[in-house]
Amino acid sequence: MIRDVNEKAFTTLKNIPFAPAYKHTLVSVNSGFRTEKPVCNRDKCNGCFLCYLYCPDGVISKDGESISINYDYCKGCGICQKICRKDAIHMEKER
Amino acid sequence: MSVNVNTLREDEYFFGHKACAGCGGALAVRIALKVIGPNAIATIPAGCMSAVGFNFPQLCFKNNAIISTFAGTASMMTGIEAGLKALGKKDYKVVGFAGDGGTADIGIQALSGAIDRNDDVLYICYDNEAYMNTGIQKSSLTPFGARTTTTPAGRNIKGNQKVKKNMFEIVAAHGIRYCATASIGYLQDFMNKVEKAASIKGTSYIHVLAPCPTGWGIKTDECVEVAKEVVDCGLWYLAEYEHGTYRLNRRPREFTDVAHYIRRQDRFKHLSDTEIKEITLQRDAKWQLLDKQYFSK
Repeated sequence: MIRDVNEKAFTTLKNIPFAPAYKHTLVSVNSGFRTEKPVCNRDKCNGCFLCYLYCPDGVISKDGESISINYDYCKGCGICQKICRKDAIHMEKER
Repeated sequence: MSVNVNTLREDEYFFGHKACAGCGGALAVRIALKVIGPNAIATIPAGCMSAVGFNFPQLCFKNNAIISTFAGTASMMTGIEAGLKALGKKDYKVVGFAGDGGTADIGIQALSGAIDRNDDVLYICYDNEAYMNTGIQKSSLTPFGARTTTTPAGRNIKGNQKVKKNMFEIVAAHGIRYCATASIGYLQDFMNKVEKAASIKGTSYIHVLAPCPTGWGIKTDECVEVAKEVVDCGLWYLAEYEHGTYRLNRRPREFTDVAHYIRRQDRFKHLSDTEIKEITLQRDAKWQLLDKQYFSK
C-alpha cells in the first residue's frame, strides 16, 4: 500500500526525531572468533588499565583495582597480553 | 582538563562489532567516540567500519550513526550539521570516520569543500594504507613497496611504486582551523588531539594511522606495537597544524631500524636490502624537507 506522503509524514523540522532510528542491539556473540583467551592474574595486576585502553573491542572493563573481561565479545587478539607491563595477562588455549 | 585512562568515559559506544581480531581502525573509532561522548553523531562511508558496525540486526553504535555514500562523507556531515543547527540543537558534535581510500582518493573533493566552508565538523581518517574492506587494493596512501592485490610483487615490479600521498599537508594547505596526525600506538596523544578537535568550532581533521593485521600480514597481537614502531622508525610522524603553524609532537631522538619494521610485515616480504635502503633514503629526505619547511628544530 502506498501511503500518501502528506499523511503523518514529517512535515516540519520539529517533527523529526532526534534519536537513533535503531537501538544498540546485539543478537550474536563474537566468542567464535577466538582460538586463545586472555586470563588475568589479579594478584599481579596493578590497575594501570592499559589493556582496557588498548582493547579494540572494548571487552575489558574496570573492576575495582583490577579488570574483568567479557568473554562473549572477546576475539582473543592478544593485544592486552602484549601491552601488559606486569605480565598479569596470559593466553590460554580454547578447548 | 586533559583526558586520560582514568578520566575517560567508561561507556562503550562501539561495542559488539564484527571487525577482525586486533583491528586498528576499530580501536581508533572506539577511543574517539569515548572521548567525544554520547552526543557524537557518527558518519561512516562504505568501508570496514560500516561493514562491521551495521550488520542488521546486530547494530553496534550506541550513539547516532549513519552510513554515507563513499564519496560524500564530508558533504553528508555538512548536511547533518546544518540540519541540527536548524533544529536549534546545541550540544552535539558531527564526526566522520573514513578510511584512507574514502579520504584521499574518493572523498577528497567533499572534504576539501567542507574545509572551504569551515563547517563545524570533525573528520577522522583511519589510515590502514589500502582498501582493506574490499580485499586489499592499492590506495593513494599505500606506502612504497607494499604488496596489494592491484600492485602484486612480481619479478620486475615489486609492489607499489608510488610513495604515500602527503594528506596531512594537503589538508593543512587549505588553511584549516585545526588538523593533526596520530597513531593508535600513541593513544594518549590521539585522545588529546580528538579532545582538542572536538572543542573547536570549525572544521578539524585528524589522520590516524591504524594497522590492519589482515592486510599488513602481521600477528593480531602486534597491531599496537607496529603502530608504535612506525613512528619510532620515522616513517610516520605525530604533528599538529593550528593557527597557521606546524608543531611536531614527538621527535624520536634516534630513528630505529627501518628494516626491522619492514621485515615483520608480510606485505613487504618480497623487498630486498636495496629497496629497504631506498625506503630509508626516502625517509631521510622526507624528514629533511619537513624540518626545513615546517618544524624548526
